[in-house]
Formats: sequence, structure tokens, C-alpha cells
Amino acid sequence: MAAHAVATQEKQGLSNGMLGFILFLASEVMFFGGLFAAYFIARSDAREWPPVYLLTPEQVAAGVKLEVEFWLPFIATILLITSSVTIQLGVFSIQRGNRSGLIRWTFISIVLGLVFLVMQVYDYSQLHFGIGDTIYGTTFYTLTGFHGLHVLGGVIFMGIILARSLAGQFTAANHEAVEACSFYWHFVDVVWIALFTTLYIIP
Amino acid sequence: MTSIAIPRPAYAERPWILDWLTTVDHKKLGILYLYTTMFFFAVGGILALLVRAQLAVADNTFVNNDAYNQLFTMHASAMLFLFIIPVWAGFGNYIVPLQIGAADMAFPRINALSFWLIPPAGLLMFSGFLFGGASDVGWTAYSPLARSSGVGLDLWIIAVIILGVSSTIGAANFMVTMFRMRAPGMTMFRMPIFCWTMLVTAVLQLLATPVLASGLAMLYIDRNFGGSFFDPNGGGNAILWQNIFWFYSHPAVYIMILPGMGIISEILPVFARKPLFGYKAFVFATMGIGGLGFSVWAHHMFTTGAVLKPWFGFMTFMIGVPTGVKMFNWLGTLWRGSITFEAPMLFALGFLSMFLIGGINGTFSAAVPVDFAIHDTYFVVAHIHYVLFGGAVFAVFAGLYYWFPKIWGRRLDERLARIHFALQFIGFNLAFFPMHLLGLDGMPRRIATYSESAGWETLNLISTIGAFLIGVAMIPFIINVVMAFLRPKDQPNDPWEGNTLEWWTTSPPPVHNFDSLPEVHSERPLWDLRHGNAAH
Ligand code: HEM
Ligand SMILES: [Cu+2]
Repeated sequence: MAAHAVATQEKQGLSNGMLGFILFLASEVMFFGGLFAAYFIARSDAREWPPVYLLTPEQVAAGVKLEVEFWLPFIATILLITSSVTIQLGVFSIQRGNRSGLIRWTFISIVLGLVFLVMQVYDYSQLHFGIGDTIYGTTFYTLTGFHGLHVLGGVIFMGIILARSLAGQFTAANHEAVEACSFYWHFVDVVWIALFTTLYIIP
Repeated sequence: MTSIAIPRPAYAERPWILDWLTTVDHKKLGILYLYTTMFFFAVGGILALLVRAQLAVADNTFVNNDAYNQLFTMHASAMLFLFIIPVWAGFGNYIVPLQIGAADMAFPRINALSFWLIPPAGLLMFSGFLFGGASDVGWTAYSPLARSSGVGLDLWIIAVIILGVSSTIGAANFMVTMFRMRAPGMTMFRMPIFCWTMLVTAVLQLLATPVLASGLAMLYIDRNFGGSFFDPNGGGNAILWQNIFWFYSHPAVYIMILPGMGIISEILPVFARKPLFGYKAFVFATMGIGGLGFSVWAHHMFTTGAVLKPWFGFMTFMIGVPTGVKMFNWLGTLWRGSITFEAPMLFALGFLSMFLIGGINGTFSAAVPVDFAIHDTYFVVAHIHYVLFGGAVFAVFAGLYYWFPKIWGRRLDERLARIHFALQFIGFNLAFFPMHLLGLDGMPRRIATYSESAGWETLNLISTIGAFLIGVAMIPFIINVVMAFLRPKDQPNDPWEGNTLEWWTTSPPPVHNFDSLPEVHSERPLWDLRHGNAAH
């Protein structure tokens, strides 16, 4: 009988690390699933949406308005989708052994991610409602806030990839962390598209 | 017999304490898990005794209302989040890689992280006592109460989130380990039952725990940033919390019990000297429980009037089916076996009988009209403890007695074990059987005291005596463990004539677990070797 190692890392298909990472992403999906569920339950409970009827006279007097701006987040969405493309181009580069391509595309993706975050913060500062202003404000800031934190996490992840590739790491055969990072970034992107659709488009 | 040679990795010598603090060895982490969780079992137990002391007689003033609320909240929280859920991760850590013939878990460093999140989270949860009171809203933390309770609840929320992270990443680790690191020849359907139950538990944890985390985040936002998730005045909904909470907690009931069922299913065949009856049926029943576990969450909220009652009532009965299948597996295994009654077997049989009672009265309370009558009474408390103590805790002890020789290289004394078992079994039934009657008589749960005129005093006193008897039962156990540690390690590889791979290697195993592996042709490779079924 042939000799076997005990703790084998199966070579075909997904590596153990990638499988673990995908399972981790599944748990992230469930986390956002909980937040989305809260949002939709709140919406179905409300008589109208945005639930302006819930505003107290004091809130109205203080100038609270339950409205969001469309175009700025729309542009941010385009940028984030673009960054998903650029990080994937980085993955394609390193798959062909082109490290400088990886560096370039990762850098561009980081910049796009940072611009997205700046736009989000700016957007927050322009809104006329806070997290305490009815379930509308609470769900809006919670969902976009948790997403923003994930964008930040993704930017940091990409920063690590950038630093490691600048240090000469990753080859065509060995670039698992890059793949994991791109998976994560696509996940963040998909969550945002779902968020943008629910918060800004569904009437 | 063929053996497979394995390269032996080199390990540097490190100081003892540093070694334990920085270890990534699944066996050491497993031991750390077991020590930590047994510590919190003791803490939770002491809180339970304080609760029982307060309830021993009518109109008692041993602790006041505030203190009582903290006591029972922290009792339940410690027992669930710091003891029973992580104790399975402890057993799983030590045993799963051995049972599948692996050298370690798939991600040893993540494994260490999963463990090291637990002690700080435990301290955080209990630190509430120093800051004006621990959480006092029950482990279910329902709003509106939970919106206004003190800072102890914030600490509790953060602690439970950290524990959730620990078990989520731990779950992913277990899954990859079992999917990818099995010994040559061990297909999924040759994996030992304990591994299967850990696998299904891991799936439940991976998918359910993050949902609880999202709910906890919402609660934190409501409490600290003026959010309105659970506040009807702001358009929120208190029922939302209950939906999220039970979406987690119903699967969590299985998270708390499935690995215990797995342990029992390892022990019964060994001490009945028969293979497990219906291995595949057991595996499918475990998967069935996992799947159904997600669809019955709302049965806990029958009385809120917000759920589709017939559907969830039906599904709750349905979940009785796979549980029943398991009962048949176990009884079929015992049937005509040549049974001996060593300590692991005693506790396993204790599990069977208590779990049967817990299962029956659980199905009973799934009937919607019945649920209205006993909802929020001591009947529920009795049911919880028949499942979690009579079931899970008996399985913990069964597992400890069973794997003690493997983990620590010594055997526990049988006479002391029998005393332990007898005291615990009697104490347990004295403590919790009367609670059924109290519940049927209408005694509400979560009350700090009751008036003499209610006529509940005798049963409560019996219950308290039983609880303290459980406490006494721990004395022979502790003596037994301490005395074992004073003896030299003398256990052979396979003191019980076990069936699974952990019994193939030395007791305790070397750092790299196996010097060789036998061929695996079934879920019980060692049995095959003994009975000459190892031929191709
Ligand atoms: C010495 C053993 C134990 C005793 C005497 C005991 C006693 C009690 C009592 C009297 C209550 C009800 C408090 C009340 O409603 O006012 C309670 C609640 C609870 N116990 Fe235990 N317990 C013990 C062990 C355990 C164990 C091992 C677990 C879990 C693994 C557990 C889990 C719970 C839970 C979850 C609750 C909360 C029920 C609720 O939500 O109201 N207990 N316990
Ligand atoms: Cu349930």
C-alpha cells in the first residue's frame, strides 16, 4: 500500500485555507442577513416609508428630514464596482506571474476603496437625520456603518497584500492570500449593491 | 495489518508555562478548553446553588430581587455560553483530529485564537458585578427590559459577541478539518459518530451564531446610540429581537446537545461490545436535526401571537422524529450486547434515561395549547435542565470518564466514580423533577421569592436539597481526578477496547499524534482489527 502523509493538504481544488475563508464569508453573509431582516421587518411594520409619521414635533422642529441623497452614493457605487474589477485584474496579473501588475491594480483598488469611504463619511455629514431618528435612521446607519467597517477591513487587507507584493512575495503558483483578498472584496461589493438597492432604489 | 509511516516533526523545548500559553497543539488547547469550561461550570453551579438557597423557603430574604435577577441571569449565561457550548469545542479539539487520524486541526493558530477569546470574554461578562451589577434580564435579554437595564448588560453583550466569534471561527476550523484531513481510507461515511455530531454542530454554529451577533449589535446600538430597533415608539419592534434570538437559540439547543449525543454513541457500542446500531441512520438523523433546527425557531414565541402556529407546531413535532431515530439507535445498540457498567457507561445510561424524559416533556410543550398553560412556569425550567443537565452534563461526565485515560494517561477510580454517579443522579432528579409539578401548579419562573400561601414550599425545599446534593456529588469526582493526577501515567493505548482511531495511539498521544495508522475500512477500524474484518 502506498505511503501517505497524515495531515494531507489536498492539492486539487480549493486549498484548506480558501475553504476556511469561504466558510468565514458564509458566516458574514448570515451576519448581514440578520441586519437586512431587521430592515425589512421594520419596513413591513411601517405604515409608510420613510416613516415620517413617527417623527415627534421636537424632531421636526429640529429639522430632521428622513431623506437620502441619491447621486453621491450612486457615484460611490460605481467606484466600488470598479474596484472589484481592478482587484480582479490584479489577481489575473499575478496568475500570469506579473507582480508589478498586481501592485498597480491593488494600489488602484485601495484608492477606490478609500474614496468610497470618504464619500460615505461626507454623505453622512450631509444628511438631516441621525441614528436615533426613528427606525429609519437606525437601520440606515447600522447597515451602511457595518458595511463601511467591512470596506475599511478590506482596504487594510489590500494594504497588506500591497505591502507583501512590494516586498517581493507572491508568484503565479503561490498567491492564495491575493485570491482570498479578492473574494473578500467582491463580497463587500455585493453587500453594497444589495444595500444600495434596498436603501436607495426600492421606493 | 499494514501500518503507514509518518514523518515526525521536530519541536523545540520551551519553558512549561510559555508552552501552554503559546501552544497551537490541538491536544493542549483541548485541555485548556476543558479546564476553562469546567471552571465556569463550577461558577455557574455556585450561582445555581445561591438561586436554590434563595428559593428553598417561602418569603426568603437571603438575596433581594435585584441580586436574584443577576444570579439567575449569570447562572444561565455562564452555563450556556461559557460552559456547555465551549466544552464541546474542548472535547472536539482533543478528540476529532485523533479520531480522523490527523496530526492537528486544519488551522492550529486560529484554533488557539478561538480558545483565547474565551477567558477574557468570561471575565468581561462577570465584571458587571464590579460595575453596579451584572446583567439581570435573563440570558434571553428580551426587550423592553433589555433596553433599560444597567451597564452590566453592555458588558454581557460584548462578551457574548466575543464568544460568538470564538465559536464561529472554531466551527469553520472543525469543518475544514473534517472535510480535508481525514486519514487515508476514511470516507465521510466512515467518520466516527462523534465527529459527525461535531460537524453538524459546526454547521449550525457557523450559520446561526452570526445572526445572534447581528441581534446583539442591534441591542447595543439601541442601548448606547439611541437606536430604535426594538423600540415601538421609534417604529421598531420588540418581537424582532425574539425572532433573531430564537433563530439562533433554537439551533443552539442542538449545538448544546448534539456533541453529547455523539459521545454517548461512542460509549454505548464500546461497553455493549457491539457496533453502533444503524450508523447511517444516526448520521442522517443528525443532519435532519440540524436542518429542522433552523425551521422551528418560532415555537418559542407561540404566546406572542406573531407566528404561524400550525406550521411551527408541526415542525416541532417533526424534530421529535430524528431524535426518536437516535433513541432506537441507542437501544438497538444495547439490545443483546454484553454490557458492562464502567463509569462512562453509567453516565451514558444516565443520559439516555434523563434525555428521554426531557424529550417527552419537550414534545409535550410543543403542543400549542399546552404551551400557553405552562409557558414561563417552572415546567420550562424543569425541561431545560432535563435536556441540558440530564442530557448534556451527563454526557460531559461520560466523555470525561471515557477519554480521561487517553488525555491524561491515567484511569479514574471506579468506586469513586460510582459514588459520584449515584449522588449526581439522585440529586439531579430531586432537584428538577419537583419543578415539573411546581410548573403545573403555576409557579412562574424567574421570581425571587413566593408567598407561603402558594403552597410551593415543600417541593422547593426538596429541589434545593437535590441541588446541594449535586454539589456534594462533585466532591468524589474532584478527589478522583486529584488522586489520578498523583499517580504515574500507566494506561495502555486502548484500555476500553475502543473502536476508533484515538485508541490506536499512545495514552497520551505524542505531539504528532500517530507514528502509524491502521487501514480504515469502516467507521470502527480498531474493531475491524480485533475481529479480523480488516481484509479488503
Ligand atoms: C446544580 C445544578 C443546577 C441547578 C440547581 C440549577 C438551577 C436553576 C434554577 C432554579 C433556575 C431557574 C431560575 C429562575 O427561573 O428563577 C435555573 C435556570 C437556568 N438554568 Fe440552571 N441549574 C443547574 C444547572 C444548569 C446547567 C448545567 C445548565 C446548562 C448547561 C443550566 C441552564 C439554565 C438555564 C439556561 C436557565 C434559565 C432559564 C430561564 O431562562 O429562565 N442550569 N437553573
Ligand atoms: Cu427550541
